[in-house]
Amino acid sequence: MSALAISGALEAGLLFSLVALGVYLSFRVLNFPDLTVDGSFPLGAAATAVAIVNGMNPFLATVVGMFAGGAAGLVSGILNVRFRILNLLAGILTMVALYSINLRVMGRPNISLYGETTIFTPFETLLDFGIWTNCVVLLVIALAMKFLVDWFLSTQIGLALRASGENPVMARAQSVGNARMTMIGITLSNALVGLAGSLFAQSQGVADVSMGIGTIVTGLAALIIGETLLGSIKVAWATLGCLIGAVLYRFFIAAALNAGFLGIEAQDLNLVTAVVVAVAVVLSQARRNSRFRLWPALRRAFAAPQPQKG
Amino acid sequence: MFRQKLAACAAAALLTMTGLPGLDGPNDLNARAGEMTNVAITYIVDHPAIDAARKGVVDELAEAGYKEGETLTLHVQSAQGSMPTQLQIAKKFAGMRPDLLVAISTPSAQALQSAADGKIPIVFSAVTDPVGSKLVKSMEAPGGNITGTSDRQPFGPTLKLIKQLVPKAKKLGVIYNAGEANSVAQVEALKAALADYGLELEESTASQTAMVGDAALSLAGRADVILIPTDSTVVAAIESVVNVGRKAKVPVFASDTDSVKRGALAALGFDYYKLGRLTGKMAVRILKGESPAEIPVGVLDTQDLYLNKTSAAAMGVEVPGDLLETATKVIE
Repeated sequence: MSALAISGALEAGLLFSLVALGVYLSFRVLNFPDLTVDGSFPLGAAATAVAIVNGMNPFLATVVGMFAGGAAGLVSGILNVRFRILNLLAGILTMVALYSINLRVMGRPNISLYGETTIFTPFETLLDFGIWTNCVVLLVIALAMKFLVDWFLSTQIGLALRASGENPVMARAQSVGNARMTMIGITLSNALVGLAGSLFAQSQGVADVSMGIGTIVTGLAALIIGETLLGSIKVAWATLGCLIGAVLYRFFIAAALNAGFLGIEAQDLNLVTAVVVAVAVVLSQARRNSRFRLWPALRRAFAAPQPQKG
Repeated sequence: MFRQKLAACAAAALLTMTGLPGLDGPNDLNARAGEMTNVAITYIVDHPAIDAARKGVVDELAEAGYKEGETLTLHVQSAQGSMPTQLQIAKKFAGMRPDLLVAISTPSAQALQSAADGKIPIVFSAVTDPVGSKLVKSMEAPGGNITGTSDRQPFGPTLKLIKQLVPKAKKLGVIYNAGEANSVAQVEALKAALADYGLELEESTASQTAMVGDAALSLAGRADVILIPTDSTVVAAIESVVNVGRKAKVPVFASDTDSVKRGALAALGFDYYKLGRLTGKMAVRILKGESPAEIPVGVLDTQDLYLNKTSAAAMGVEVPGDLLETATKVIE
């Protein structure tokens, strides 16, 4: 692979690590399978692109994209909590609606940011890392977000959020408002995804209404690859896993793109990617089994029930 | 043990695929002896029109002496519908520094434009609005290291054909994906052209292939005739529109000739294959040393008439004999 190809994989990986962090908050911490992501990613991109084209400062425009994503999450949260729509459906509804909303926001399906001033522009002269500039900027942002999530989950609200996701009945007994926690968690999760979309549009130079397709799949794959490598019990490791998993996933795709010598053609890309990821998941299971201790569990399961002493 | 072995295998496989460039050709293609020309083609999604355009480019290159495997090394990669993957492919191709980059579809062209940053010439194909998507400064003088062909076509002749075959038509139904830049540009052009032919527009949108059938059904009561633009989502499910057209006796017109083979009544369209050939001609000019900045964006000026007799009968349309004679192709 050329340096540029590696920088491309790294760039896409770091961008998607933000999605993975968001997916970690919803799927793992809150236990809320949130599909809003496929819509909030392009929404973040759309809001930022429109703001930049209209002359807004790119840093402010990025914040706008992040808030837009968060707002989308809040809608899913409200649908679920206030209107008692199943979490899966609440996310789907918001995602479907966002397709039209994104078209409204942009006024057209595709806005090019080529030649516009983006969040990366000032660093091109400031840092002067050549093709690696975007990667460095994104690495700093991704790490900042990772530590922010770590810190947040250790605060009073963060702990309540985790309790609410882990065991809502117990959390309620400890006077945690599960409804409020769900809304806070899903909003933060989608704000991260909106930020990812915003940065993606700026690094790629285009916001397109169809760019959200498969965001949730990529985010989940990254999350699971990260868990395979680092485990998922400690928050700090799990969030680090999000970063590493997302970058690895893009390198898996880079590997699939370079698999031409195996007789693999352009149309086989997704198949090869899936096979590579499947291997990662098999690894995950092998790891889990080694910790699980099969024998004692089986013995317990098949052991004769102990007679109760009267 | 099993786990470690598996991890080692996976790591080895990954290293082989990414780390050892020798297996898939050198990193910097220009570093190799100059006798082979390197062309890299990428496109956003696998689709009949895109495939046809790609074939056209490759055939034209071959005819001009750039034969794959002999004098030309061809690199082809599809993003399979994913924008992040398109970004990676664009960076990979730009990093290889081939002699020419070819992008089929708007997002692919934009990704390559960003990744190549003016350093490698780019030829695009099947982009409806090259100026609006900021690929070129103007159709006549692109200005940058990028030019190509547009699939925008004038709607006048098609509307004339519709009036000729269905004289009573008042309401023209159109089905398109509002999320596709190409389609939105076409519907805008269609709106501008309609008034001259005494037609009114009835719109119906489908954001996914699976929704095309419903979109067609919703037009059944509203439109006297349906026209499908060159919209990849709708064209992918043209059969479901044809079905509705046959059942409800609403004539279905298409904008690409391939759709007529698949059941549309008629199309005055161009072949994406021919558009690919035109793109290929521009590619050859650039490979021979011309600057893309000065090659105007190409458009096809010939429109071929394709007619489908079976569909005409099923949709209650009688095709006049002289039209059958002038048609490029009549499908029985």
